[in-house]
Amino acid sequence: MFENLSHLSLQQYWWVIISLLASFLVFLMFVQGGQTLIYTLGKTTLEKTMLVNAIGRKWEFTFTTLVTFGGAFFASFPLFYATSFGGAYWVWMAILFCFIIQAIAYEFRSKPDNFLGRKTYDVFLFINGALGTILIGTAVGTFYNGAMFSVNEMNSSQWETSVRGLEAVLEWHNVALGLTVFFLSRILGILYFIRNINDENIQRRSRKQLLYNTIPFLVFFLAFLIRLLIKDGFAYEPETYEVSLERYKYLHNLINMPLVLILLLAGVILVVYGLYRGLFTDNITGFYFSGSGTVLVVFSLFLIAGLNQTCYYPSLFDLQSSLHIENSSSSRYTLTVMSYVSLLVPFVLAYIIYAWSSVNKKRIDADEIKNESHVY
Amino acid sequence: MIDSIDLSLVNWSRGQFALTAFYHWFFVPLTLGITFIIAIMETIYVRTGDESWKKITKFWMTLFGINFAIGVATGLIMEFEFGTNWSNYSWFVGDIFGAPLAIEGIMAFFLESTFIAVMFFGWNKVSKKFHLLSTWLVAFGASLSALWILVANAWMQYPVGMQFNPDTARNEMIRFWDVLFSPVAVNKFLHTISSGYVLASVFVVGVSGWFLLRRRNILFARRSMIVASIFGILSSIHLIATGDGSTRQIARIQPMKLAAIEGLYHGQEGTGLVVFGIMVPSEEDPVNENIKDFVFRIEIPNLLSYMSYGNREAFIPGVIDLLEGSEQRGLLSAAEKIERGKYAREVLRELKEADQNNDLTRYESLKATFMDDQFKNEYFRYFGYGFIDDPDKLIPNVPLSFYSFHFMVALGFYFLLFFILTLIFVYTGSIERRKGFQRLALLTIPLAYLATMLGWTVAEMGRQPWVIQDLMPTFAAVSRLDANTVQVTFWLFLIVFTALLIAEVKIMTKQIKIGPNEGGN
Repeated sequence: MFENLSHLSLQQYWWVIISLLASFLVFLMFVQGGQTLIYTLGKTTLEKTMLVNAIGRKWEFTFTTLVTFGGAFFASFPLFYATSFGGAYWVWMAILFCFIIQAIAYEFRSKPDNFLGRKTYDVFLFINGALGTILIGTAVGTFYNGAMFSVNEMNSSQWETSVRGLEAVLEWHNVALGLTVFFLSRILGILYFIRNINDENIQRRSRKQLLYNTIPFLVFFLAFLIRLLIKDGFAYEPETYEVSLERYKYLHNLINMPLVLILLLAGVILVVYGLYRGLFTDNITGFYFSGSGTVLVVFSLFLIAGLNQTCYYPSLFDLQSSLHIENSSSSRYTLTVMSYVSLLVPFVLAYIIYAWSSVNKKRIDADEIKNESHVY
Repeated sequence: MIDSIDLSLVNWSRGQFALTAFYHWFFVPLTLGITFIIAIMETIYVRTGDESWKKITKFWMTLFGINFAIGVATGLIMEFEFGTNWSNYSWFVGDIFGAPLAIEGIMAFFLESTFIAVMFFGWNKVSKKFHLLSTWLVAFGASLSALWILVANAWMQYPVGMQFNPDTARNEMIRFWDVLFSPVAVNKFLHTISSGYVLASVFVVGVSGWFLLRRRNILFARRSMIVASIFGILSSIHLIATGDGSTRQIARIQPMKLAAIEGLYHGQEGTGLVVFGIMVPSEEDPVNENIKDFVFRIEIPNLLSYMSYGNREAFIPGVIDLLEGSEQRGLLSAAEKIERGKYAREVLRELKEADQNNDLTRYESLKATFMDDQFKNEYFRYFGYGFIDDPDKLIPNVPLSFYSFHFMVALGFYFLLFFILTLIFVYTGSIERRKGFQRLALLTIPLAYLATMLGWTVAEMGRQPWVIQDLMPTFAAVSRLDANTVQVTFWLFLIVFTALLIAEVKIMTKQIKIGPNEGGN
């Protein structure tokens, strides 16, 4: 089946998989967003415990998706892995530190004799939620705005700034994406709380907070999107791999791939509709709409970053060192093998949905928390 | 790839990776084994309907939960460190090495993380059988993830199923099944997970021993000991058998590692196995840290030859033989391998030059050289030697390898005996009054951690200087960073990991003291 595909088709297929994983990762960052709101939405210890437990039962999904995203990127586009991770060292290290402290925080925070104290673990959760999302968003911003590296004839890469990736914050467009991801994750976190916690006070505060977070989200998202559509992009010639700047590249990508444009628009509509449900109705299902909308929006933004002869990791130092799916991928054989493995993804999704719904059947309330044997 | 190397950068990068691996491997073996022990206990609960088994299950599950998170966190760091600190490696072999990591994520991590949520929070929400299935799936998921990462590790020690592509300047996979079912991968997987099962069994027996010492939760402790010691006996036998398999493999594919772990400098026919030995600086070469003499040793004649080749008289080369070579034995000298490696690198450089100068004829001819089987077998296979300037650098740390290996093996046999005694004492009913054995059980816990760390040391230090056997030395794999940068992250990791370790040990100790609530007795 996959053996008959050309190397380019496999590269495109794998870019689609990477995009899909990225979109699920951003969606699952509702856990991170929720972590930044525990003290805003919860006033009593019981309320805070309910909030932490609502998202705490899902943290492993986000974590696992991040690990899988990394592994899949390594397997399919190893030159990116080598160039970006080994180059933008400080950015990736900062992200990693944000995630180490999250993994243990849930399990440790409420246990007796936990060495650092509950407050410290809650601060860990906050740092992970705030800095983790902003940094990941800012790092992904460089997919559109470029980074300072070069690659030689042996495909050995060199980073060309001493601050090792931190220079990305000097480009406001990258930061706008970081802040978009941050506020989006908070919005999704709030919608998740509305869906899964049956508590009047938390509901009331959540809906108020939803408004406060929707406004900056829309500002940053629109600023990012409008700039993306009017900016120059990094295109390459399919025959010679010659890289050049192209005006309105990302807008062109959407026009040339109308299905992606439809996905993007549908995603935006779903996110907005979910927000409408959360803000202006008593309905609790906004999470599903905004969540699936998030998947579609991020998916389509990733697709226009890498498909249609676009460099997904442009080099600002040496344009010809820019990475695209054709010059940075694994061999045809490896991509073929990995494509067979990817057939497991629907199966994995199916059991995740089944297990997720079986644990989430009943909304969390004060009684459940009091009777639960495993409480974070 | 790197031509000029900052040794300080290499050392800090190695230090950081070793630190991460150390902390990762500190937590993972318990996860590997205890999940199965928990699954067995829950199976007994579901089959018998006896609520005390449910309490036993939940107690060990709580300890597992505390342990699990740090393993996950350090695992993430390790995965990304291949990129951040070993970027040349990531490109040179990413085409092969990345695949198992991705498969691990898709196949195993989701299985683990999904069903862990059911395992912890599903007690009152899903049926008993579905809960039990979830527990078993977590256990299988944990071992499945070990499979893929060990396939990747085994490939570094025994690179198979690939071919070098001079155009991309990297190795590319050509036979996936060779990578997956490489005998080294299979054996390494079985040996490593068995070590995790043994460690977890020791942990459960040891903690149960503490309850007996305190004269509390007696039934709980006895039952836990029965499950863990039976699981431990089976795992120990398997551990020893697969360890024996490793010896045969190392003899063929990593003779320098075998020589190092045996402290064998001058090979001979009918080599004996050193059971115990003490090394001192060599009289011949006292300044060389890797050349030592035995001041005392107990040796079983001919056993190493027999274990390695099934032949009591087989020749096992020593460190010096491997450096100096021997025409009679068909051993190439290190100097010759270095020459051949340098030649292979030179051909690659010329090919790149021809490509850049659009000298198509020369490019095609050099490319044909790379595809030629004779060139592959006689030159490219020593590609990594082309980076080495001093043959002495081909010797791993002999004393460290030797002592690590021998302590590990001794402890492996001790654990088997320990489990047998535990089972006998529980069945004869004498376990409750054997205070000495209860204390020993508790003291055996750190020994199990020591043994598994020693095993990792043997595997990873014994194969130095290679990150990929014969193809890439560790120093050539490093990311081109400033040594100070890596130094800063090293200390940060050390502080964070250590703080988390202290937290974990304190929490775990407290939870053990709290005990299985009112359950068990």
